[in-house]
Amino acid sequence: MPVLNYVESPLAPEAAAYDKVILAGDGWMHTVRKGQTLRIVDLEGNQAADTLFYNAADPEDRYSATDTIREQGNLFLTTGTKLMSSDGNVLLTITADTCGRHDTIGGACSAESNTTRYALDKKHMHACRDTYLKELVICDHTHHAWGKRDIAHNINFFMNVPVTPEGGLTFADGVSEAGKYVELRAEMDVVVLLSNCPQLNNPCNAYNPTPVRVLIWD
Amino acid sequence: MTSLVLRRGLAMRLTAQGDGANVSALFYNARHPLEGYNMPDTLKSQYTAYLTAGRVLHSDMGRALMSITADTCGWHDTLCGVLNARKTAEKFGATTYQADRNDWRRNGRDNFLIELAKHGLGKRDVHANVNFFSKVAADIEGNLTFVPGHAKAGQSVDLRAEMEVLVVLSNTPHPMAPAGAWNPPAIGISVREVPAPAADDPCRVSRPENGRAFANTASYLMIGEGT
Repeated sequence: MPVLNYVESPLAPEAAAYDKVILAGDGWMHTVRKGQTLRIVDLEGNQAADTLFYNAADPEDRYSATDTIREQGNLFLTTGTKLMSSDGNVLLTITADTCGRHDTIGGACSAESNTTRYALDKKHMHACRDTYLKELVICDHTHHAWGKRDIAHNINFFMNVPVTPEGGLTFADGVSEAGKYVELRAEMDVVVLLSNCPQLNNPCNAYNPTPVRVLIWD
Repeated sequence: MTSLVLRRGLAMRLTAQGDGANVSALFYNARHPLEGYNMPDTLKSQYTAYLTAGRVLHSDMGRALMSITADTCGWHDTLCGVLNARKTAEKFGATTYQADRNDWRRNGRDNFLIELAKHGLGKRDVHANVNFFSKVAADIEGNLTFVPGHAKAGQSVDLRAEMEVLVVLSNTPHPMAPAGAWNPPAIGISVREVPAPAADDPCRVSRPENGRAFANTASYLMIGEGT
């Protein structure tokens, strides 16, 4: 599996069917239909976009970090990566990537993990898993009783978590820059749940959380 | 496959009874299984990509769930998940109970779902598991390599419960183990009483993050495991 697989997209933003800016600290839950292409743009650089995906027809079948990295034999996500579900289905395929490396073992920050990672008094700080919970509680529950059990291990688009051959793991400065993007083709109808990370205690957002932009093409 | 509940004050020893053993494991707060073992929180809190003695299994609620107090194997994978029925058939051949009777080849995914269902849990509760006795290393570009024969017969790992913990185990081959004959070695499970972790407990002090996770567990236990 290639890493740092730089591939630009031919799609023009003005032709997108959907175009939205998500501020740092905000969540976004949206259905992307089979065959549509989703682009996530790191508008100002070094911003982690913590993202989960679900099979829209059966949200118990959802993005699985372990199945994705094992099936491709590589820890990092880039062009060509098939995002695997917990039931072994391909949810989406990464079709373009101008950043080249995305993490899926670092997880999302939470108020609780902030207390262990930084200090017990950091619990009040804003965190992705609180953003997820809000979106999961306020969304349409007609077909699925969304809740905390739906928070799987996510993808951190634009985040750099290198692992050494000796098994060391660090959160490194981002490899992303302003305008870098990743593009994914939906292989089935998928629900996207994105938290634009508000973390201020480590370099995943360069200590300065900034907006991301999402675009969808038919 | 099996599942068991360990109260605080108990430790479980898993023993490889043959070379190349693997046992896949999930862990939950037994009283409130919305809380469970969290692979990313565990790894990033300890700046590691694998598990061994001195490391702590962190829950998604920032608490110490289990501590690895001893380990004669040295590296346990937690990145690679388990195989489902289709992948197991691709690797080891099609299998049915009808044809194979007690040689039927089970798979980690179904084993987890069956054991979890005994506790009222289901697919939504399956998160990244630990694969005890298996080593998968990454090169600098992230390429993953399974190390064959990593576990040797007789090696063991000790896990101390820091709260009341539901343990779910599946003795199925590591998902990256090479295809071939189906012969998963047995895994021994023994449980014994152990003292409460001292102030200088090696797992508690191995990282400041672990000390804070122990403090969070202590607060939680003190207020009656209410949240």
